[in-house]
Parts: sequence; C-alpha cells; structure tokens
Amino acid sequence: MNTHALLVGLAAVLFCMGLAGVMIRRNVLAVIMSLEIMLNAVVLSFVTAATQSQTIEGAAMTLFIYVAATCEIALAMALVVLLVRRHGSLDVAAEQELKG
Amino acid sequence: MTQAFILFFGVLSVVFALLVLMLRQPMRAALALIAHMFCLAAIFAALGAHVMALLQVLIYVGAVMVFMVYTIMLLDDRDASYRHVYARMLLPALVVAALVAVALLMLLQGGAGADAAGVAEFGISAFSVAFMRQYWFHFELATVLLLIGIVVAWTTIKESR
Repeated sequence: MNTHALLVGLAAVLFCMGLAGVMIRRNVLAVIMSLEIMLNAVVLSFVTAATQSQTIEGAAMTLFIYVAATCEIALAMALVVLLVRRHGSLDVAAEQELKG
Repeated sequence: MTQAFILFFGVLSVVFALLVLMLRQPMRAALALIAHMFCLAAIFAALGAHVMALLQVLIYVGAVMVFMVYTIMLLDDRDASYRHVYARMLLPALVVAALVAVALLMLLQGGAGADAAGVAEFGISAFSVAFMRQYWFHFELATVLLLIGIVVAWTTIKESR
C-alpha cells in the first residue's frame, strides 16, 4: 500500500478519535487533549501532503498550526483555571448555564 | 524498511490516542498524549520532514504539553469528573465519530494524488531559507497572534480575581 495514502488514512482515523474524545469525555482537560489529537491529525495530513508533493506550503501551514495551537492552549488553560475557580469542578456538565 | 517504521509508529500513535480517551487521571492522559506526539514526530522524521519532527517535539511536547501538565498539577485531583469518565451520550457520540471516520475514509479512497510535483527540502536550513523568503509577513503576523494570546490569557486570569 502507498505510504502517503496510509498516512492520510491514519490522520482521518486520529481525527475521528479526537472527535469522539471531545464528545464522550466529561473532564474539560481530557476534552482539550482530544482537541490536540484532532490538531495533530491535521498536522499529520499537512506534512504528508508536503512530503508527497515536495512543496513548502504544507510545511509552512504546519508551522502556523503550531502557533495557533500554542495560542489555543494558553487561552484554554486560563479558561480552565477560571472555570475551576467559579464552579469548583472540571466537569463540563457543571457549565450548563453557559449561554450563546 | 521506512514503511515498516511508519506502520509501527502509526499503530503506536493510535494506541496512545486511545489511552488518552480512556484513562481516568488527566496526568496519565497527558503522558499518553506526549507519547502520541513523539510517535507522530518519528513518522515525520521517517518521511524526511526533519524540521517538522523537530518542531513537533520542541513546540508541542516542549511547550504545549508542559504547560498542560503544569495546569493539571495546579488543580485538585478529587474532582467529580475523575470518577465519571464518560458523558451520558456515550453511545450516540461513538456512532457519530464512527460515521465521520467511515465518510472520511470513503472520501480519501479516490484521492491518493500524484507524488513529487516540486523539489522542496525539509532540512532545517533549506526549509528556513525558503520559509522566510515566501512567508516572512505571515511569520510576523504569527508573532502578533502569539502576543495577543499572551495578553488575553493574562487578562482572563486577572479578571477572575
């Protein structure tokens, strides 16, 4: 089997595992970790595309995904600390009064 | 040999991703996620994208996950969400994720694409020169985004006091 096709399939499987984690876990930290799995799957597909086509675009996009992920995790951790201070729990079910 | 290497680390990455979904304690899940990221870095290195493998370890494992581990250490480990791991809609959520996986794999079946249209190199020096020639402005914008991220995180914590 073609290595690149195998890796794109692996990226799809990892993305769906991350999606499942976002939907099934109750702990907000585990939900964020599942989001990281989804981001990693996207990075894998970009790197696979970059090495397959031997162009720099996919690799450059990967670098920007890393920047976005770093910003996301900084903000997400601040929000986790804020939620724990307000509700005293990491359970996503405790945030049911969120509106909008 | 390379394909066997990629297959081995691909299977390992799926196993560690499963552990992230299943482990009860966030610290153990975070360690499984770090192992998952190392497996992906090994796959990038096997593909010849050494700079991506390096960035994966330095940025994701070295910065993002260390930050997450620090946050987990700050929080109380007697939380209710540690006892009840899964949400009530577990089965429908798994069905939806499986359906998305099947749809994605069916979409990908026809689109393997052609190999090697360009001649880019993914060593550190070649990639850096090509990147800064083409994407210097985007790079500057990314630094502004990072600065905004720092300010927003700081403001969020400050407002909660």
